[in-house]
Amino acid sequence: MDNKIVRALYDDDDTLLKAVIEMKKNNCIIEEVYTPFPVHGLDKAIGLKETRIAIMSFIYGCIGLTIAILMMNYIMIEDWPQNIGGKPSFSFIQNVPSFVPIMFELTVFHAAHLMVITFYLRSKLWPFKESENPIPSTTDDKFLVEILMTDTKDKLNKFLKKTGAIDISYIDK
Amino acid sequence: MMYTISKNLKLTSIILMVTGFIGLTYGFLAAPSNYEEAKKMYPEYGNSTNEVVKVSESSNDKLYIAQHDENHKEHLLHKLQNRPWAALYVAALFFFFISLGTIAFYAIQRASQSGWSPVLYRVMEGITAYLLPGGIVVFVILLLSCLHFNHLFIWMDADVVAEDKIIRDKIGYLNIPFFLARALFFIFGWALYRYFSRKFSLAQDKANDIVNHKRNFKISAAFLVFYIVTESIMSWDWIMSIDPHWFSTLFGWYVFASMFVTAISVIALITIYLKSEGYLDFVNDSHIHDLAKFMFGISIFWTYLWFSQFMLIWYSNIPEEVTYFMTRIEDYSLPFWGMIVLNFLFPLLVIMNSDYKRMNLIVSTVGIVIVIGHYIDIFNMIMPSAVGDKWFIGIPEIGGFMFFLGLFMYVVFHELQKAPLLAKGDPFVDESKSFHY
Repeated sequence: MDNKIVRALYDDDDTLLKAVIEMKKNNCIIEEVYTPFPVHGLDKAIGLKETRIAIMSFIYGCIGLTIAILMMNYIMIEDWPQNIGGKPSFSFIQNVPSFVPIMFELTVFHAAHLMVITFYLRSKLWPFKESENPIPSTTDDKFLVEILMTDTKDKLNKFLKKTGAIDISYIDK
Repeated sequence: MMYTISKNLKLTSIILMVTGFIGLTYGFLAAPSNYEEAKKMYPEYGNSTNEVVKVSESSNDKLYIAQHDENHKEHLLHKLQNRPWAALYVAALFFFFISLGTIAFYAIQRASQSGWSPVLYRVMEGITAYLLPGGIVVFVILLLSCLHFNHLFIWMDADVVAEDKIIRDKIGYLNIPFFLARALFFIFGWALYRYFSRKFSLAQDKANDIVNHKRNFKISAAFLVFYIVTESIMSWDWIMSIDPHWFSTLFGWYVFASMFVTAISVIALITIYLKSEGYLDFVNDSHIHDLAKFMFGISIFWTYLWFSQFMLIWYSNIPEEVTYFMTRIEDYSLPFWGMIVLNFLFPLLVIMNSDYKRMNLIVSTVGIVIVIGHYIDIFNMIMPSAVGDKWFIGIPEIGGFMFFLGLFMYVVFHELQKAPLLAKGDPFVDESKSFHY
């Protein structure tokens, strides 16, 4: 009974959200939820851990800023000293206003690109990756919840019907 | 629920006004009335020019230097006499800008028909109550400048204009009657919108249809067009013309960003204060979160404009432009760089974290820092041209700040008493109440 999975299909995101909250109340173990678009509040309802991507973004930004500072210092001051704005001081700190736009851009560049790459790696997404959606219509207009079968078929059927499921199926995993 | 102003708050605002008034009066009394007194305050002043007189031989040079010396004396006297006026003007302008920024924020909420903010409408309307009294105070100070009670605006001095070709070329725009007419027109226009939007907002509470809401939407959209043009011209008139040789094309935006972020911080501060007093139970931490997001974002926007203005002038290094920043960096090093820390680095690092934007203590701390930082911003705009290197944040400056803070609190919290704190007739108010992030 433990390795059987129940799939409940929904056709509305509000119904899905209410159903998930209802399932949580009844101590169902939710394996996975497939939705065609991000449903607001679903992550909290399932009880997913909060994402740490914001922290990574800050770190990536700091890396970008550091790279920009080192790069501008090497290019404009050390390797080929430039006369910037008619002020041939050849000092990084005195010329820093002209480097700020580059520092800003590289901070944003690193934060954005590395964050996207991290997100793809964490979600195990890469080119030519096979889709994992058990029912293709969950990429269109249907919502699917997979829960562990922890009760009898009849009881679960009754419960899921009450939450608004339009289709219920049982599979072995 | 109706708000009643607490005794402590009323007393605080009156004490602030009285102490501030004493501080300002002291500032005016302590300012020198003639050169001898000014010389006593700065004994080292003018010694260097005397030595030059000994060196020079030709009579022409002597005449020139004597006159030059005379100009220096007058210059020192004017600077010292300007100080209490400038202290008064900076504080009056700063608190007026808070309500001017709030009216823009309010009009944007109305024109965009936003769903999150209607629970805060009454707080914003309370702050904009200061628009008319604050505008009148600023206008009176400008009028007194025009009547030559002070030397804040040197282009108002006919003798200066006669000798100065650059100002003479601007006289078609920079002349006293046109200047005062513009100021009157702007204050009248802003106050007119404030009067009608408040009226429609109150009428909407009792109405069964949404006619008043629609009217408010229309006048808000029209007002925003009027506002951004007049606000920009106002910034040239009231701030940039203190330095009549210098100009910056994005100055209007820069001043706007400054007043906008201060206004949003003050909305957050007053909201958090009212919540702590047990009012505004319909305001949840998602509303505070949104205000904090605005504080964070507009702080960065302000820095972007500040830097854009600074970098272009620094890079091009044109003498008449670059003097503006040279005086500020040389004579105002601490407020000039300190302001960047308070207005940019502090909000950037402290409220970057999403969770911190929902904590009242952190949001109010950052709000207070932003308010102080932007007071220094206005200080940096006015003081260098008004008093030169003879600046100090002393009794007249703190007195001016306290006086207008007291007046601002008194007016704002009195207005908050006049209407229920929830704009219950607004069609978006239910959405706003259940707003969550």
